[in-house]
Amino acid sequence: MFDFLSDYNNPTLLGAFWMTVKLTVISGLGSLIWGTLLAAMRVSPVPLMRGFGTAYVNIVRNIPLTVIIIFTSLGLADVFGVTMGASDFQVRGFRLAILGLVAYTAAFVCEAIRSGINTVPLGQAEAARAIGLTFSQTLRLIILPQAFRAVIGPLANVLIALTKNTTVAAAIGVAEAAYLMKGMIEKEAQVLLIGAVFAFGFVVLTLPTGLLLGWLSKRLAVKR
Amino acid sequence: MTEVSVAKEDMAATGELVVLKSVNKHFGALHVLQDIDLTIARGEVVVVIGPSGSGKSTLCRAINRLETIDSGAIAIDGKPLPAEGKALAKLRADVGMVFQSFNLFAHKTVLENVMLGQIKVRKADKKKAEEKARSLLDRVGVGNQADKYPAQLSGGQQQRVAIARALAMDPKVMLFDEPTSALDPEMINEVLEVMQQLARDGMTMIVVTHEMGFARSAANRVVFMADGKIVEEAVPDQFFSNPRSDRAKDFLSKILHH
Repeated sequence: MFDFLSDYNNPTLLGAFWMTVKLTVISGLGSLIWGTLLAAMRVSPVPLMRGFGTAYVNIVRNIPLTVIIIFTSLGLADVFGVTMGASDFQVRGFRLAILGLVAYTAAFVCEAIRSGINTVPLGQAEAARAIGLTFSQTLRLIILPQAFRAVIGPLANVLIALTKNTTVAAAIGVAEAAYLMKGMIEKEAQVLLIGAVFAFGFVVLTLPTGLLLGWLSKRLAVKR
Repeated sequence: MTEVSVAKEDMAATGELVVLKSVNKHFGALHVLQDIDLTIARGEVVVVIGPSGSGKSTLCRAINRLETIDSGAIAIDGKPLPAEGKALAKLRADVGMVFQSFNLFAHKTVLENVMLGQIKVRKADKKKAEEKARSLLDRVGVGNQADKYPAQLSGGQQQRVAIARALAMDPKVMLFDEPTSALDPEMINEVLEVMQQLARDGMTMIVVTHEMGFARSAANRVVFMADGKIVEEAVPDQFFSNPRSDRAKDFLSKILHH
């Protein structure tokens, strides 16, 4: 029944899901860093930074991911020649997809972290400032560590959404799971079976993510 | 008590440690601080009392600029309060602050709470910071709680840790913003005892409190505030036994006869 699966080797089924994992992990780390910086900007006392953070989040999160990903390829790469140091089409697509995924997901990470910052009582920041910590020290040492622990749950949602959003990279030719699925559906008769295989593959990736982060969020919760 | 402050004044170039000059502050339409003039000498313990909403907490918080002021001037040890940035952070390190709600860093252990400022602000090395933190925790009587998290401690213990955290910075002056108001009655004394010891050791202290017993026994001067103004200043004995203003008489009659 599953014979057809072994007929594919560019990419193989495992290879395609491995690409999905790579996209997810690298974009996940990238958007965590960029999203944190954006959140820092949104709470900073400098109006210009606050304005930039707010504008970025409100513009980027309201553009469909497909538009962003296709823009990275057709706009950034083809029009502006931004190929991110890659000559090979596959590598270029991979890097541009990560750029697009980070740019998009960071907006959601930023909002999750900002809601976490709002759960930290004002007194924590006052006490930090009162012992002479600067704004950035207060943010790094006191506010963000507590904010992160409060939003592990929401961040897990963002990560799960990101895992599934990596399928949009197929639109610019990145050979990940959805790309392979599209190829299979064109050539094989067992459409329902193919759908089930890929759905199962994604559940295998995201279910443990959700469970692990749910457990971590309970374990690391700050007691007040 | 007076001898202590006199001796300290002799050592310092100037006896005036905290000076407020015609300080004004509004919260919207509410004029919460009205032309406040107040000078605190080195080694002096000043207790600020008054009814709720009289501006005493705001006054206390304005001294290390947790509240900005609309007009007037505040100087600490001869230097005017900087507006923002590194200079302000540096000045705040010299001003210890103890809050009503303790505000210990909830994600750090008691020991880490007392070490953090030494390491990150004073740039002390870790070993020295830990030694000092442990000795301060012993001094306030919570040395055996060093590795616990704040939420595992009683209110009184948390507040004593907060005092240790402020002392770890070697502050020139300590501000107490209603330090016992959030405590269960049986825990108030353990905190007041630590504060009295500090006062005896010659620390300059500005204490906003409702603890009249502490004001009587530890204060060099009582400042009575009402409706955003300083209504009366006097030594404790004189203030409690013979208040001059009607506002103070009224306030004392409401709280003292029970």
